[in-house]
Amino acid sequence: MTWLKAIGTELWGLFVDDGLLVVLSLAWIGAVVLGLRGLWPEGGHRALEAAAFAIGFLLILAESVTRAARRARKKRMSATVVGRR
Amino acid sequence: MDAINWTHAGPTFAAAFLASLVEFVEALTVVLAVGTVRGWRHALVGSGLGLLLLVALVAILGPALGRVPLDLLQLVVGTLLLLFGLRWLRKAILRSADVIALHDETAAYAKETEILRRDSASMAGGWDRVAIATAFQIVVLEGVEVVFIVVAVGAAGGLLVPASLGAAAAFVVVLALGLLLHRPLAQIPENLLKFAVGVLLSAFGTFWVGEGIGLAWPAADWSILALISAYLALALILVPSVRSIYSPVRRSVGTSQQAKEWP
Repeated sequence: MTWLKAIGTELWGLFVDDGLLVVLSLAWIGAVVLGLRGLWPEGGHRALEAAAFAIGFLLILAESVTRAARRARKKRMSATVVGRR
Repeated sequence: MDAINWTHAGPTFAAAFLASLVEFVEALTVVLAVGTVRGWRHALVGSGLGLLLLVALVAILGPALGRVPLDLLQLVVGTLLLLFGLRWLRKAILRSADVIALHDETAAYAKETEILRRDSASMAGGWDRVAIATAFQIVVLEGVEVVFIVVAVGAAGGLLVPASLGAAAAFVVVLALGLLLHRPLAQIPENLLKFAVGVLLSAFGTFWVGEGIGLAWPAADWSILALISAYLALALILVPSVRSIYSPVRRSVGTSQQAKEWP
């Protein structure tokens, strides 16, 4: 069972590292499927629809890495302050 | 081969090759540790059993995937591929920006050999169960990732053959280097590989999810190249930006209070 649990944990870890990134990505796909597609007019704007779809993920990635950097900086500053006490 | 297939096959082969290379290197490190410390017979038996399980997995999964409607396959597999790619790319950016440490294959090898030396051999009928299990586990774990990559990169676009060839080529390269060098492949620029793979898989995943939900990508399959360029450009912009967030430049004049905050 320990081995199975290790495999399960590893498989989960393949896709989920930053939970918010996963949630936002799935939410963006859902939003495009369920609602946003209706906002785009037919015809020549299909390229803009695809571009907007891709830009959504680029922004989600940018948010994730900048948040990770801020969190890591905060953690390092806290460790520095504790070290000086 | 016509233009559309070439557009697909090249990046598909490259993505599968590079991603599999990283996974096989990690597996090789542990198998080398097992072989060096506990004996090659046990390492090879464990690895062989792991490979058999993976072959069985592919044999079952391959035909099963053929029965899934293409749109659904593209959406589900594309989503998983996108999440996988974004995860790799995110970590590669953070490592490049020195926010998190680089993966050190030599240190991983040293740690694994220490664990194996410390654990006493659990022999049963002449077979070291711990050694076999360790080799088996790492081959299965890393192999599952390779199988996923090959299936995800290849199945959604009907390019399982180039994807499989990419993975097979990576296996041959790593095996050959492992046999020649008999030590962990620490010289391979792992983060650079993961950076490239993250870009490729994120682009592929985005493309397939779009296909799955019925988006009309301009210039059809050439959009994959545009997506690769977009992810690469963003990643290259993010590295220095993230580095400056994590380690801002110390101000030298008139702000001695602030200067003291930074190590």
